[in-house]
Amino acid sequence: MKEGKTFLGVPVARPRVAFFELSSCEGCQLQLLNNESTLLDFLSLMEIVRFREGMKEASDDYEIAFVEGSVTRKDEEERLKVIRKQAKVVVALGSCACFGGVNQLKNRFHDLAWVTKEVYGSFPIDTQEVKPISAIIEVDLEIYGCPVKKEEVERIVTLLVLGEEIQHPQYPVCMECKARENICLFDLGEPCLGPVTRGGCDAWCPSNRMGCWGCRGPVPEANLDQLRIIMAERGISREQMLDRLECFGGFAGYLASQDGIFGKKDTKEE
Amino acid sequence: MLFKVFPVCELNRLFAVLQSERIVGPVKKGEDQHGRILYDFDVVRDFSDLHLDFTQTIHSAKKYFLPYRENLCTFTFKDGDWQKEVDYGGSAPLIFFGLHSCDINALNKLDKVLLGGRYPNSFYAKNRAKMFIVGHSCTPQPFCFCKSMGTDSAIHGFDLFLTRLDGIYFAEVLSARAFHLLENIDCRDPDSEEHRRYLEAIATRESMFVAHVDTSDLTKILDLEFQAPVWKEWGERCLSCGTCAQVCPTCYCYGVEEHVDMNFAHGRKEKMLYSCNLLDFASVAGGHNFRPESHTRLKYRYYHKHRGFVEAFEESLCVGCGRCGQSCLAGITVPEVIASVRASKE
Repeated sequence: MKEGKTFLGVPVARPRVAFFELSSCEGCQLQLLNNESTLLDFLSLMEIVRFREGMKEASDDYEIAFVEGSVTRKDEEERLKVIRKQAKVVVALGSCACFGGVNQLKNRFHDLAWVTKEVYGSFPIDTQEVKPISAIIEVDLEIYGCPVKKEEVERIVTLLVLGEEIQHPQYPVCMECKARENICLFDLGEPCLGPVTRGGCDAWCPSNRMGCWGCRGPVPEANLDQLRIIMAERGISREQMLDRLECFGGFAGYLASQDGIFGKKDTKEE
Repeated sequence: MLFKVFPVCELNRLFAVLQSERIVGPVKKGEDQHGRILYDFDVVRDFSDLHLDFTQTIHSAKKYFLPYRENLCTFTFKDGDWQKEVDYGGSAPLIFFGLHSCDINALNKLDKVLLGGRYPNSFYAKNRAKMFIVGHSCTPQPFCFCKSMGTDSAIHGFDLFLTRLDGIYFAEVLSARAFHLLENIDCRDPDSEEHRRYLEAIATRESMFVAHVDTSDLTKILDLEFQAPVWKEWGERCLSCGTCAQVCPTCYCYGVEEHVDMNFAHGRKEKMLYSCNLLDFASVAGGHNFRPESHTRLKYRYYHKHRGFVEAFEESLCVGCGRCGQSCLAGITVPEVIASVRASKE
């Protein structure tokens, strides 16, 4: 903590922050670098001591750890435990870290050895069932999205530095989609998980005429049973809905609870 | 009230006279998967973009007087101190060209709450102050139930109201500005034959309503049926997504969030239109949620519109525009909900 700024006359510490990546595309971290117009302000909030995409130096002395990616290897589990030991605050950055992300799609297959052979052929690597980081260590804060929305990360980091309470939207994507006055994707005949997915993305995909794939996971109390009826009424197949619910892993809990309808019997067969 | 008539072709000139100011009207937004045209309100620069024959817009015109998000105030932090700045906005005049009666009545109702109370909403007042409203008659759609809500015609709240007859517009003139505006175009007093045609058009329109809501003794019935099981059935369907409130022309409830800029030099207090159907609408400090169940939230939306507001203002807050039912993916419509609650009475 050095040369802190002040807010309303009160000194605000500038925490030492490290970014880590497990199995992921590192696109969430790239999102943060992409925000050129506010990048300097963002950097003034914290002292970044490790950020592979943006600097050569790498320190192991940090207070906040942002972890992107899911756990797919044993050594990643060990790395996570070390990070947890060092960091006061561990933040799961993006859908891979929060839910397993796109990576966890492979979990739908029974035979992971077959998957490894199919993908890597005669160059096998050590890979196991995909897990969110919360399956290995305690996580203090989750930032959803594939990729994360940089404005949201900035808001959350500001609150984190100020020591304020951080709340995620309790409403689904529809709320923000309506505020942007989009044509409902269902009116265009497209499936959309907007009604059950946590908002906060400003209806990023629907505003570009692409139905929501649920990357931010379910809104609390998501009415998935009704969405299933809505999809069926509109002739959208169960498989199409399943594809979306499975894509990022956020709905894994719901899918598991629907054994026989959407459950393992359906999802794990090839 | 004064009445005037002018040939349909003169409307273009009327538009041109007003064009020095910002005109908002119904425009074509796109088509749905079945080729049905979808409309919304937007700024209109070219007369040919104005679709006065629109059925109903997806969203109300709310964003022009109750924006989905608006800054209530901003703060500047300096030398350990702070300064607050308030900008009520809305200084530019706004012309609504082609509002239906339901939406004019929605504004009249909002005026009662947001201007008439002890604490008028300055932001709304500023947006309302320089508004000029040209109303336009409509063709009732199968989902329209404004007639049941008594909002199928507007008796005030507009400057000019146009009813299209064969070849002419029959204009109701309510303001001096509208009167002088008509001096710019080829316009005259209607004759008795045109009076007859106007009344005939009204009668024809009246006969076209399909959807109805029985509002007789509704406040009492809602009180009697507060525990009716039918609320739970609607609650099971409800997605708690807030869509109904977002498209509603009279839903004015909101939440407030405070934001601090990353440079700690500025902050702002932002208002965001919210919906009583959203999970945390009735969450309070300490974490208690007074309406954790979907059906209790849905019920309260109906109680606000059809009971609480009636008690306070002797009229419903619902204008029967049907937008909520049209936008609800779960197919929850006001006529069906009210009918089902009435039926609970055995």
